[in-house]
Amino acid sequence: MRNFISERARTIPPSGIRKFFDLALSMEDVISLGVGEPDFRTPWNICESSIYSIEQGVTSYTPNKGLPALREALSNYLKQHYGLTYNADNEIIITSGVSEALDIAVRALVDPGDEILIAQPSYVSYAPCVTLAGGKPVPVECTESDKFRLNPDALLEKITRKTKALMINFPNNPTGAVMNRKDLEAIADIVIDKDLLLVTDEVYAELTYEGSHIAAATVSDLWERTITLNGFSKAYAMTGWRVGYLCAPKDLCETILKIHQYVMLCAPVMGQVGALEALRSAEEDKNNMVNEYRLRRNMFVAGLNRIGLSTHIPEGAFYAFPTVKGTGLSDTEFAERLLKEQRVAVVPGSVFGVGGESHLRCAYAVSRKQLNEALARMDIFLNSL
Amino acid sequence: MDDKDLEILRILEDNSRLSAQEIGMMICLTTVETEARIQALETAGVIRKYTAVINWELAGNGEVSSIIELKVSPERDYGYDRIAERLSRFRQVKSLRLMTGTYDLQLLVTGRNMQDVSRFVSEHVAPMDRIRETATHIIMKSYKENGNMLFEQQEAERLPYSF
Repeated sequence: MRNFISERARTIPPSGIRKFFDLALSMEDVISLGVGEPDFRTPWNICESSIYSIEQGVTSYTPNKGLPALREALSNYLKQHYGLTYNADNEIIITSGVSEALDIAVRALVDPGDEILIAQPSYVSYAPCVTLAGGKPVPVECTESDKFRLNPDALLEKITRKTKALMINFPNNPTGAVMNRKDLEAIADIVIDKDLLLVTDEVYAELTYEGSHIAAATVSDLWERTITLNGFSKAYAMTGWRVGYLCAPKDLCETILKIHQYVMLCAPVMGQVGALEALRSAEEDKNNMVNEYRLRRNMFVAGLNRIGLSTHIPEGAFYAFPTVKGTGLSDTEFAERLLKEQRVAVVPGSVFGVGGESHLRCAYAVSRKQLNEALARMDIFLNSL
Repeated sequence: MDDKDLEILRILEDNSRLSAQEIGMMICLTTVETEARIQALETAGVIRKYTAVINWELAGNGEVSSIIELKVSPERDYGYDRIAERLSRFRQVKSLRLMTGTYDLQLLVTGRNMQDVSRFVSEHVAPMDRIRETATHIIMKSYKENGNMLFEQQEAERLPYSF
């Protein structure tokens, strides 16, 4: 029998931590700092309104772009919170999570051989999405010395005639790095000068702890060449609901909508109803959760530094990104032994691409009690080395 | 009172057993600074007391709690204050509030049993001057107290890893 699997599908790497996953599942009493999702339940007002809508028989397809009321509410929300201007009628698409938004955006952009720059360390799906669309992912390293922000010189170095777009994610998963307006202006100059498109994944926007989030599309003249991605998963503890959104200027949005129509039709209606309720009534729930993350961050990062794992203070998201340099172990060895010997699960930084090696991603979206227990176990582990 | 003080209050309201060191780490203050702030808040009377939220039903204690609504004729010059303060002094009165709506004062009263509560109301509260009417509601079961759920909730399962 022939090998029916396409070369693209064959060559994309499997998710880097499959073996960790199986190992952790087989063990008892594991504290997992490996989970990139809130530990809170979805606020009840959101759940309740979605349950009610199901009882009322709201169970059919929605318009491809998403429920008009949701797009309208979102358009207002983005304007109020970030100064972003997107028309509810033709510049917003509700997607099945940011994952789908990312995929359809990339597919709309990439021709065979196009190079797409990815600021790394980055979320694991960016590069495979580009590969699957027939493009070439090109990492741009964000280094610890730049506080994991995207350095304009590093960006310039990677631009070739084939470069079409730049993908960024700030606040960043896995580093927690944030770009302020000045940082973004420096990047904007290059993006505009080199005539690139910007894809910005801002799903952690609400989880910004110092000052307020700067939406990339509000910087310089980036709006007309930016696709903004965001979603409800992280801010409202709605990961399983699968609701994200994509915003882009009208013409671009129309093209992307074609792909969304064919591959997804629409995002799940019960998720969209919940998302609408989130915008209407969950502001305070969200603020309470964000505040709790901030307390945990301060406590956890201080704890990591105290036990000897040097960690910069992450300004956003809910990840600490300590370095393991000086322990004599690679990030993967460290993570594997820590799991086996002390039953604490963390993700090796190398999973997130260049710049991630020698680091660990530790999600502090777990209770303070668990964080303290994890710190105690990590301390024992470090002393045993 | 600044933002740090407010943060300390919120943290303590949720868990008053945390040490000054732990609280300090959460809000980027030293232990000494945190202790001083807590002490100042205590001295100023902002922090009244440190208590526990207890599910008495689970503890096997059969105390009876009731909400008592009072219609009261306010006093010239004092309004409701004097009578409210007078009622507050009773050990049995756990909370007392002035309300808008169909009645004036709302009391949370606890006693060892139903007789205990009704004796308290009929002997001490109802005969008091200026109290025009009382309505006593026995609490049958508490599901939530001070923001804390008193029923068991199932833990949702999470994956050990996700990105």
